[in-house]
Amino acid sequence: MSPRRTPSGGRIDRLRTIRFTFDGTAYTGHQGDTLASALLANGVSLFGRSFKYHRPRGVLTAGVDEPNALVTVLRGDVREPNIPATMVEIHDGLVAVSQNRFPSLAYDVSAVNQLGGKILSAGFYYKTFMGPVIGPLKGTRFWMLCEKIIRRAAGLGRAGHAPDPSRYERMNSFCDVLVVGSGPAGLSAAREAAASGARVILAELDPQFGGSANWSGETIDGEPAAAWASDIVGELRDQKNVRLLKRTTVWGYYDGNTLAAVERVSDHKASPAKGAPRHRHWTIRAGRVVLATGAFERPLVFPGNDRPGVTMASAAQRYANEFGVLPGDRIAVFTNNDSAYRSAAALNDTGATVAAIVDVRPEISEECRALAHRCGAELLVGHAVIGTEGGKKLTGIKLAPFTVATGPLPSAARSIEADCLLMSGGWSPTIHLASQAGARPVWGDDLQAFLPPEAGKGWVGAGAFNGTFSTAEAIAEGFAAGRIAAGLPPIETGTLPDVEPAALDPHPAPVFEIRAKGKSFVDFQHDVTSDDVRLAHLEGFVSVEHLKRYTTLGMATDQGKGSNVPGLAIMAEALGKPIPEVGTTRFRPPYTPVSVGALAAERFGDLKPERLTPMHDWHLDNDATMYSAGLWFRPMIYGGPGETIEQAYVREAQATRETAGIVDVSTLGKIAVQGPDAAEFLDRVYSNVFSTLPVGKARYGLMLREDGLVFDDGTTWRLGDNDFLMTTTTANAGKVMQHLEYFLDVVWPDLKVHLTSVTDQWAGAAIGGPKAREILAACVTGTRVDNEALPFMGIVHGEISGAPVMICRLSFSGEMAFEVYSGAGHGTHVWEALIEAGKPFGMVPYGLEALGTMRIEKGHVTGAEIDGRTSARDLHLGWMLSKKKPFIGSAMMDREGLVASGRLELVGLVSLDNRPLSGGAHIVEEVDTDNPHGSLGHITAACFSPALEKYIALALVADGKSRHGTRAHVSDPLRDRFGPVEIVSHHFFDPEGKRMHG
Amino acid sequence: MLITCPYCGPRDVSEFAYQGDGNRNRPDPASTDLVAWNAYVYDRLNPAGAHNEIWQHAGGCRAHLAVVRDTLTHEILSVRFAREKGAPAHGRRKSGAKA
Repeated sequence: MSPRRTPSGGRIDRLRTIRFTFDGTAYTGHQGDTLASALLANGVSLFGRSFKYHRPRGVLTAGVDEPNALVTVLRGDVREPNIPATMVEIHDGLVAVSQNRFPSLAYDVSAVNQLGGKILSAGFYYKTFMGPVIGPLKGTRFWMLCEKIIRRAAGLGRAGHAPDPSRYERMNSFCDVLVVGSGPAGLSAAREAAASGARVILAELDPQFGGSANWSGETIDGEPAAAWASDIVGELRDQKNVRLLKRTTVWGYYDGNTLAAVERVSDHKASPAKGAPRHRHWTIRAGRVVLATGAFERPLVFPGNDRPGVTMASAAQRYANEFGVLPGDRIAVFTNNDSAYRSAAALNDTGATVAAIVDVRPEISEECRALAHRCGAELLVGHAVIGTEGGKKLTGIKLAPFTVATGPLPSAARSIEADCLLMSGGWSPTIHLASQAGARPVWGDDLQAFLPPEAGKGWVGAGAFNGTFSTAEAIAEGFAAGRIAAGLPPIETGTLPDVEPAALDPHPAPVFEIRAKGKSFVDFQHDVTSDDVRLAHLEGFVSVEHLKRYTTLGMATDQGKGSNVPGLAIMAEALGKPIPEVGTTRFRPPYTPVSVGALAAERFGDLKPERLTPMHDWHLDNDATMYSAGLWFRPMIYGGPGETIEQAYVREAQATRETAGIVDVSTLGKIAVQGPDAAEFLDRVYSNVFSTLPVGKARYGLMLREDGLVFDDGTTWRLGDNDFLMTTTTANAGKVMQHLEYFLDVVWPDLKVHLTSVTDQWAGAAIGGPKAREILAACVTGTRVDNEALPFMGIVHGEISGAPVMICRLSFSGEMAFEVYSGAGHGTHVWEALIEAGKPFGMVPYGLEALGTMRIEKGHVTGAEIDGRTSARDLHLGWMLSKKKPFIGSAMMDREGLVASGRLELVGLVSLDNRPLSGGAHIVEEVDTDNPHGSLGHITAACFSPALEKYIALALVADGKSRHGTRAHVSDPLRDRFGPVEIVSHHFFDPEGKRMHG
Repeated sequence: MLITCPYCGPRDVSEFAYQGDGNRNRPDPASTDLVAWNAYVYDRLNPAGAHNEIWQHAGGCRAHLAVVRDTLTHEILSVRFAREKGAPAHGRRKSGAKA
């Protein structure tokens, strides 16, 4: 038997022994133990070292509010730091280590920091890391080095670098009523809501439902509270409309009653069950939420209140009753309220000696006196603890007479021997979720706590959450809350359930701090003392938000669950104001830390979908270097052995201009525009006219935005009277679709037009060059492709190798060219047939680089020029702006600024020093390498032109057209490229279009 | 945030794409009133409270919805098809009015 384990009682299974290690030492515990309870049972009292001062720390609480006993759990190479030992369920093979100590927990060299307490006060970092503002060390690297060392000395657990092999998953769930917390109030609410047939989710962060019923030692209607709770859980478990989630922390309360929860599915097991994740994240959309989240007991602030052996009274009661562990043999109690008397009695009942009960109040109730008497404890009312004795373990306490008016009277101090001190500073309702939902807490003077306001729209509270600390009343409130949440009318139950023993007075004395010599901790986890709070006040950081940030009070991983109210109270006293006037900070999600793995679940790695054209595999098989264009993958070049990118694209473009080339254009956006008003619709969205387009012809179209700037361009084919196929640029396909849908749905709902995205349904191959027509004629059946049957911008239907195709004669390369569209499933088949037909002519496949080169030679615009700032006239597309009809952008395109002189216009550039040009370089009149200035514009696209045998570029240059034939310079200081260029027309090659018209 | 699409029922906001202020009045297409066009293209309301918005159910039926949303609480006060005639219940701005 462990030294501190009681012979019976609690939820642990004494027949099952669990083996685990802490800091390398092997220990045993029982099924049902937490790491904290198992270590306490083994007589361990030292759990960790504090954040700044490296003071020895024990375990303060028994739950999620634990600030001291933080450990790192090791799973293989994976480290999970800063887990409260109170929340770790032990399992065989569990390996946990303590934190923030070197070389060991018992002998920590940095404990010397305690001597420097005055220096390491609030604002230490701010004051220190500024560095000297004068003198030889000002702004030196030496100071940076010191900062590194100091920062390493402070802190908590260390995160690991090993990848986490655990699996995580996420769930969406819907319910009428979500009950958060399964204490007597929550269980009562869940039972009542479930009885009405409502879909109920009951979430409990502990491994066992029941909350305080598991350790209160009360009886409810004659039955032990724990049995009462497990009866209700049994009832709920059998109901189909109820989902019970244990080990599940509801950590976020968001808009529209959406709550976030994390379920620790496998942390308590040596290895997860087959297929089970480690954590499961829940997004719960609840009709109404019952907040039955209970309350936290607050520490009292007095010197040495952090010594191992000092613990919260309710936590000690919980260890005794729920885990069968006594946190000490000889116990003292220090309280400002009645609840600690019950805790003392519970420990006495399980075998501990209660040496003394110290109460700051001068008068206490008869019930409390009776409890103290029953424990055999010396009762010291009107007294306070002013210090603790011992090293890494409590050996005694120092106490003195105390009144609220005068404080403690140290001259009359005496000591009492004790190895455990239970403290209770009153209770703070756990209002975090309500605060996240937007509720402003209200200060309750009699309970000395922030209480939730009236129930919100989406939630209703019950039990200790409301400041209702009696179990009988909590059950009644839960009943009422369950009915409200399920939408049932309230009913009078008349009587309260019979709970024994009867509740004591819940009102604490308004005492938060005992001022005496020594460090009195307010925030245990961040080592913030009451003197730090007063220092912040002295230095002017008096608002709650400043106090918090300056001292870091409440900013540790426990988010100030125990420290917020004492901290506020001390600041209020310093300011001479009542607590509610000092205010409280708002709680934000998460309520407790959430594993990032649970948030990500299956969403990790590269999440971008990949879009592949039907001919993708052919490109790979034929040595294409692929290039990602948005989500699409497109061939950049089909490089031969030893070829550079420039050599490859020059070869491809040359071959296309000499004989023929073929390029995959399947990525172009394609939208079927169909319906009786399709032509009218196109007239409104394009700047040029489409209603006059004959069936079987295509037209180049330009779209403007509402503000008159260019939006997108492409060809649209009239396949029938009411049937158009619109193409868009690859990059804008989605945007154009959305734009068209918006106008059709919101602005012109009367137009009878239907839009369908068919980008993925069509495969497209563009074949161009002097031999293109001959190649087509060699493989197309069912139609002629000569100039008469298929004139420029004409469309024919036919077959290639048995597959139906649609061919439009249009040209992006400037050559005699055709776009051959087939069903996506036939894409590779048709492509291969075209390749085969092209072989005798020497046709080559070409990639995006050659495509870009030929379009630059022709001066066609793309997204680089349609950059959201250029007008149609800037791009010399003014001829496409119809004067016969209004269209999107027509009203705004003639605004003063859009027709003024000095605008950037599209021009061509020829490199005069025979060196490459590159996009983004500026154009200037005079080069000034030291002080680059006077930009006239910039290069949008550049290449080596095989047709001109020169390095050329397209550029947007101020008043560009008027500068044709003049010289300028590129100025590209980042790439150190300066040199002369000639400004020319953007139509570099075949400006009359003889080649494409044939 | 859930938006109840009249076609698809209540759906998560992640399925929707915001398409701007629902208070815009598009002038007559042939109008050359630049003040009206300017108000339509550039002026936006930014109320603290109920706001008319256009949302597209982009990850669903792709219908555009006229949504009245409280910008302080994210509460969705009403949802209808944007194509339906008639202004939402409040605050449709006049063209050219100062923001």
